[in-house]
Amino acid sequence: MPLLSGSYEGASFFDLLQHDFPHLLPFQHLQAVPQLAGSELRLPQAVPFATTILALRFVDGVVVAGDRQATEGFEVASRRIEKVYKGDDYSVIAIAGAAGPCLEMVKLFQVEMEHYQKIEGETLALDGKANKLAQMVKQNLPAAFQGLIVVPIFAGYDLRAQQGCIFKYDVTGGRYDEQQFYATGSGGKEARSTLKKFFKADMSRDAALALALEALVDAADVDVGTSGPDIVRGIYPVVKIVTRDGVADVSEAELRPLSEKLLTALQG
Amino acid sequence: MAMPFYVSPDQVMQDKAEYARKGIAKGRSIVALEYAEGLLLMAENPSASLNKISEIYDRIAFAGVGKYSEFENLRKAGIRYADLKGYAYSRQDVTTKSLANAYSESMGTIFTRDPKPLEVEILVVEVGETPAQNEMYHVSFDGTITDRRQFAVIGGQAERIRTYLQDHYRADLTLAEALALSRQSLLAGYERPPAEESALEVGLLERQRSGRKFYRMPQAEVARELAAANHGA
Repeated sequence: MPLLSGSYEGASFFDLLQHDFPHLLPFQHLQAVPQLAGSELRLPQAVPFATTILALRFVDGVVVAGDRQATEGFEVASRRIEKVYKGDDYSVIAIAGAAGPCLEMVKLFQVEMEHYQKIEGETLALDGKANKLAQMVKQNLPAAFQGLIVVPIFAGYDLRAQQGCIFKYDVTGGRYDEQQFYATGSGGKEARSTLKKFFKADMSRDAALALALEALVDAADVDVGTSGPDIVRGIYPVVKIVTRDGVADVSEAELRPLSEKLLTALQG
Repeated sequence: MAMPFYVSPDQVMQDKAEYARKGIAKGRSIVALEYAEGLLLMAENPSASLNKISEIYDRIAFAGVGKYSEFENLRKAGIRYADLKGYAYSRQDVTTKSLANAYSESMGTIFTRDPKPLEVEILVVEVGETPAQNEMYHVSFDGTITDRRQFAVIGGQAERIRTYLQDHYRADLTLAEALALSRQSLLAGYERPPAEESALEVGLLERQRSGRKFYRMPQAEVARELAAANHGA
């Protein structure tokens, strides 16, 4: 690989790929897939889908959580998929939709932020990161028409405004700020109703964490595409918390007792 | 049709090399050295924002002397090269050896092909998992690549600084000792010590740091560490 093979000179890795290396873009090949109407292969049933994810604000930042199941048609494709990723030191990206394109988008987005920081010597503002992600989602629109949708939730701590922020997206790349909470994916509606009922402004970290888990348990209770905490196999949702100190993973040791409590409550 | 005068290739190369050396000699030097916990890069740089030392990838750092716009372009090209490779393959496939070779190739081509050679020298260094796996490459304006151990120096005063380090460098320096030695060596580069010391830019590749190993040491911290080292000595 030669050092100076392209002619792009900006600071965006995404634009670099578009300009000089389009074959490495995740969405490129999807646009070449012919319309599938009437064909044997129904794409949305043939690829795994990542389902429920959510984010909610609390007094020091944002909690982001996702269940662990990937669903392929009527089958469980994976019980251990991760849908919540660290974006950079102060942001988290969670994904719902077709798992393959989703994971590629996460990877591209992570490199995008690191690349910008190294080239420019400055970190992108949280708003700038959210906009860049919107452009990527927009690029995926042709694939979305074929059923391969990618819908992320982006959350982070805004060091200038000193608060946690949540951004939600639609398939066209539309970007919306959420003031309180949001959930999406197949169990998103169910999770949202739980969040709506119990969300309070300025919750503590522990209260927000418990509510996030409860919303996931409620989603799993109704939606077949979502799995709750799996105590038998020891699989728990992935939960990340962003504050002014950066991104922190919530440990299994903390998730287990909370999950057990919620599942016991289901016994009625 | 006018015929160009014949100039022997020998003469062309000599002239170009002399031109490049003159340009580089104007700039201040940069020192890189291995210490117990990683690698240290130090440059005299009055500007706090126009950097000479920077991060390329997880374990890899870059330093350049000479014409700012030229080594800045090389720096960015290196970051693009590394990020592309890491994205297309995996993070551990980004190696300093291949990056340094790519630099050498590009700079060599520019030297022979373009009328104006690059007036830069660069260092590409990597902190290994063990000190034995550290790597330091020096790439010159004509693409000449050299593999260094213990320490590497680039810039106008490189000869004098190298001599100083040969006499004073030892293995397993602490960070404070490495900082003090680097500064002493940069001062040794002057024929006459300057009346006022210029600001120091310091970048570290710290072996124990998790994830990306590069750390840009703020100037206040550099000053504090150096003062502490002086006090101890």
